[in-house]
Amino acid sequence: MNHESVQNNSAYILDVTNLGIDFGGLQALDDFNIQVKDREIVGLIGPNGAGKTTIFNLLTSVYQPSRGNIQVTGRSTKGKTPHEVSQFGIARTFQNIRLFKNISVIDNVKIALHNGMKYSMLSAILRLPSYWREEKAATKLALELLAVFNMQDLADQPAGSLPYGAQRRLEIVRALATNPKVLLLDEPAAGMNPSETAELMSTIRDIRDQFNMAIVLIEHDMSLVMGICERILVLNYGLIIAQGTPEEIKNSPVVIEAYLGQQRGE
Amino acid sequence: MKKEGLLNKTWFRYILNAACILLLFGLISILVSSGVVNRYQAMILIPVGYNIILATSLNLATGFLGQLPLGHAGFMSVGGYASALFSMAVDWPAAIEFPVALLIGGLVAAVFGMIIGLPALRLKGDYLAIITLGFGEIIRVIILNLKFTGGAFGLRGIENHTTLTSTFVWVVISLFVIFALIKSRHGRAIIAIRENEIATESVGISTTYYKMVAFSVSAFFAGIAGGLCAHYLTLLNAGDFGFMRSVEILVMVVLGGMGSIIGSVVAAIVLTLLPELLRGFSEYRLIIYSLLLVIMMIFRPSGLFGRYDFSLSNSLLKIKGKITNSSRKKGATHHES
Ligand SMILES: Nc1ncnc2c1ncn2[C@@H]1O[C@H](COP(=O)(O)OP(=O)(O)OP(=O)(O)O)[C@@H](O)[C@H]1O
Ligand SMILES: [Mg+2]
Repeated sequence: MNHESVQNNSAYILDVTNLGIDFGGLQALDDFNIQVKDREIVGLIGPNGAGKTTIFNLLTSVYQPSRGNIQVTGRSTKGKTPHEVSQFGIARTFQNIRLFKNISVIDNVKIALHNGMKYSMLSAILRLPSYWREEKAATKLALELLAVFNMQDLADQPAGSLPYGAQRRLEIVRALATNPKVLLLDEPAAGMNPSETAELMSTIRDIRDQFNMAIVLIEHDMSLVMGICERILVLNYGLIIAQGTPEEIKNSPVVIEAYLGQQRGE
Repeated sequence: MKKEGLLNKTWFRYILNAACILLLFGLISILVSSGVVNRYQAMILIPVGYNIILATSLNLATGFLGQLPLGHAGFMSVGGYASALFSMAVDWPAAIEFPVALLIGGLVAAVFGMIIGLPALRLKGDYLAIITLGFGEIIRVIILNLKFTGGAFGLRGIENHTTLTSTFVWVVISLFVIFALIKSRHGRAIIAIRENEIATESVGISTTYYKMVAFSVSAFFAGIAGGLCAHYLTLLNAGDFGFMRSVEILVMVVLGGMGSIIGSVVAAIVLTLLPELLRGFSEYRLIIYSLLLVIMMIFRPSGLFGRYDFSLSNSLLKIKGKITNSSRKKGATHHES
């Protein structure tokens, strides 16, 4: 791989400078900066349409930015496709769930283990030992990852048949299976009841400790955001309007204004 | 999670399936050699065979990859002409010449698959259908106008190499390769594209690469089928590989169930034998096909088999389960199972 670009860069897992994107006349995001360290949990909040999901789409190369730079584990994502950026060590879940619905839960996870396996197409067709060995290991690993959320018993169900909350959890497991350095969660608690949310909160912390990764999460549920994020960025109309610790954000007049302003408008 | 019993052992399943394939082949040979099935009836099994290959290979691109190519007959004709021209040009013993000719047909078709796939697979749905349809027609017109393909007179004097045995062997090879591919990390990547392209990319899989893989493997086997067809008919007419031929293959896939290999096999058998059985009606073949499709779309839109795939061992396990269950019930002890 490209050795230099890995070495001469910052200690940050994620290093974003002056990021911006326009959709036609709309400036959906501008002058966005974020540096995420190893094992950090960062929250991204803001009213509807603020540009939060757009940031995830930029970080994963689903969109190409109009301006600015993104470095994932020291490598620039400029001009890279989403699957290349994924291999840099970034994984995500989707606000509108995107599971492989018609196939089993375990195969959803095994698809994400694709690059963890190495056997060639010929080895697969000839059913060589490498095929059997790696498939067996992948099945075992997939079940272990499902166990993070206690989902191993659902392994043979079609993913689309799971309840909403379980589908969200499966998306996280699938993201973990790519062995990322930074995990992006887009509204992981959406549609969950308070007890599910509380459980999710402690699992997210466990994931960080067990897998040693940084986590950036978008969430509207303030109990979750305030409960686990070490640092929070607040976005409105595509601009960062505040950042700081949960305490600082809670008491920030700008943030209160942004949220109240929105409520008044609704 | 771990299940016990021979039927759950992978090696035993493979041996069981191999044994059944040999048994089936033995049965066909005995029926033919003893005269129960006459020579004419036996010959129809060859088109049945290459239609199975055509339907399952198209299913890889439609049912598993989730695209809608309409030029499968084009790949078939490219493969057919390539292998026929090769076998006519060289004079090797048939046992070597024929397999080599078929492989050449398959490879040439696969190369065409890649050339078409590169631009076509950037498009989706209807657009891909239209591009591949156009490709099929262009191929037909080019073949009609070239000298070395025999032009409008067709390619005549192809050696008659295709036997029941060679057809059977190639059907088994095609089915096994497609099955083995599907049940591997590469096949899962192909299925993932059908399910959700953005999510597939997000877990680090190149969707472009795997679309090309599925498309060229699909074209490869269409080419093999074309070669079998060429050395069976001993003459090739570009006109036989037009749009309607592509649609016929697609009908087999849709009727059998997109994403079901056993569905494609059954549909290919039925739709090849049906016109033969209804000799008098053969002019109405297309009407019957359309009717079948309409009826199917109304009553069973996902095809006869849906996405179901047959597994001998699993079926046996189910039967075994039923038997033990009913004997348990007789003992009047309700078990939760
Ligand atoms: N592909 C696109 N084309 C045009 N406009 C877009 C596109 N994607 C996002 N937008 C616009 O960019 C703005 C930000 O959208 P985004 O989805 O990032 O909001 P969000 O902060 O995630 O909101 P929510 O909380 O509702 O999910 C919106 O005005 C949206 O309409
Ligand atoms: Mg959003």
